[in-house]
Amino acid sequence: MNTEVTLAGVTLKNPIMTASGTFGSGEEYSEFVDLNKLGAVVTKGVANVPWQGNPTPRIAETYGGMMNSVGLQNPGIDVFCKRDIPFLKKYDTKIIVNVCGHTEKEYVEVVERLSSEEVDMLEINVSCPNVKEGGIAFGQKPEALESITRAVKKKAKQPVIMKLSPNVTDIAEMAKAAEAGGADCLSLINTITGMKIDVHRRTFALANKTGGLSGPAIKPVAVRMVYQVAQAVKLPIIGMGGILTSEDALEFILAGASAVAIGTGNFVNPHTTLDVMEGIKAYMINYKVDKLTDLIGAVN
Amino acid sequence: MGKTRVAADVVFHEQIASDVYSLYLRVGDMAKEAVPGQFVAVYCNDKSRLLPRPISICEALPLKGQIRLVYRIVGDGTEEFSKLHAGSVVEVMGPLGNGYELLDKKAILIAGGIGIPPMLELAKRLSCEKEIVLGYRDEIFLRDEFSTFGRVTIASEDGKHGIKGNVIDAIKSAGVTGEAIYACGPTPMLKAVKAYGLSQGMITQISLEEKMACGIGACLACVCNSRDVDGHTHVKNKRICKEGPVFYAEEVEI
Repeated sequence: MNTEVTLAGVTLKNPIMTASGTFGSGEEYSEFVDLNKLGAVVTKGVANVPWQGNPTPRIAETYGGMMNSVGLQNPGIDVFCKRDIPFLKKYDTKIIVNVCGHTEKEYVEVVERLSSEEVDMLEINVSCPNVKEGGIAFGQKPEALESITRAVKKKAKQPVIMKLSPNVTDIAEMAKAAEAGGADCLSLINTITGMKIDVHRRTFALANKTGGLSGPAIKPVAVRMVYQVAQAVKLPIIGMGGILTSEDALEFILAGASAVAIGTGNFVNPHTTLDVMEGIKAYMINYKVDKLTDLIGAVN
Repeated sequence: MGKTRVAADVVFHEQIASDVYSLYLRVGDMAKEAVPGQFVAVYCNDKSRLLPRPISICEALPLKGQIRLVYRIVGDGTEEFSKLHAGSVVEVMGPLGNGYELLDKKAILIAGGIGIPPMLELAKRLSCEKEIVLGYRDEIFLRDEFSTFGRVTIASEDGKHGIKGNVIDAIKSAGVTGEAIYACGPTPMLKAVKAYGLSQGMITQISLEEKMACGIGACLACVCNSRDVDGHTHVKNKRICKEGPVFYAEEVEI
């Protein structure tokens, strides 16, 4: 059985990766998960300098989902390069660094800094709903997305994944814009902007008022968007949004994703990534699928 | 061995106050690892509730491979737990976080409401002289279990039990003295304890809580403002689930 998948020339041993922001740089989860068994670790977003993030509460559970407004708290690229990359280099897995910024200049600064580092791919976060400047501002207008993609691509030494926001009218149009800007790969979906109100206290559940909804509640939206994007562009796609089981992951793959990421699922069970991979293998045996790539976009 | 996630059998479960329950879980070696002030993440069996609930460890019983949790119903998740019975199975991850540092100094254990349970394991482990100060809104629970470990002073808001007022009122009126404070309870209480402890020059440890997701330090949801730059992000945000939940009072802004 061959579970390898290739994204923009980078071959992963299997299609399972972690979703940015849910897994740190893997250290905390390495007590539960053998990182060598993951196709890739996608790190939490890193900026040019440390970011404090948002006030608490940053988390609220919803029916079949959760909202967060962590606000991209991160140690900045210097600490990240010194501490997190060497940690991940100890494992036989691909390293995908999620990059965030307030301005085009900040994104490019991080990308340039990473050009001399041994990381496999860059994922550009133009879809975080929880920061005031940057983030999603670049991911909701096709012209802005195309322009930042081009700026990042000009400096990047590694293949570039643009992470798309679902908070748009036409996801296919956004995918085409990223493709036009020179993106090598797309990942989707980031969280859906939401709000929860505590009726007893008459306050917002999150200090930031709004947050990003994730978890099984958003999965059908995510599968639909992956399918639409797969129809619209030729780029490989990393699918995510509420994956808890191998069947969830297979939905994304059949819809057109070459790889999948587990996010909120890590919180539900720290072992979810590996359980999903085992389930995919069982599916391949059951349906006599020799190559995982045969399943990509294979929905009839 | 550190943290594990296990399917725990419910050994015994009983209601000990109108909305407070005592739950004994068979967790194997997790019981040996646990230290006072640590917590576990308890997962719901109803899969519409995704996130584990952080609950402090009331007692660790390593010889039996059990831990005891005493929790209050505060929402749908804890409501679900209250329906567990002997023989039920519940997923538990732990022990999590950093507990209290046990000091060989006369101790004052100060707890309020559902912050009282973790003090029981602490009282068991502290071999020094200790005073125990417990604050309740109205209904009393766990009080009698503390009496073998030291003098217990009670405060209640309505004055029905012990001294009318809060834990600081109780400390002053009962003449409670000591060199080290260990506290757990609601934030307003912890603020008062921090101010009191530091003004008296006592070593003061407090246990904080916050909404959590991963429980192990990865998601950065449950941070608190800290005096010093933290070791993870290099800002001033310590992770309650990882560096905490117990902090020296002067370390954190509350």
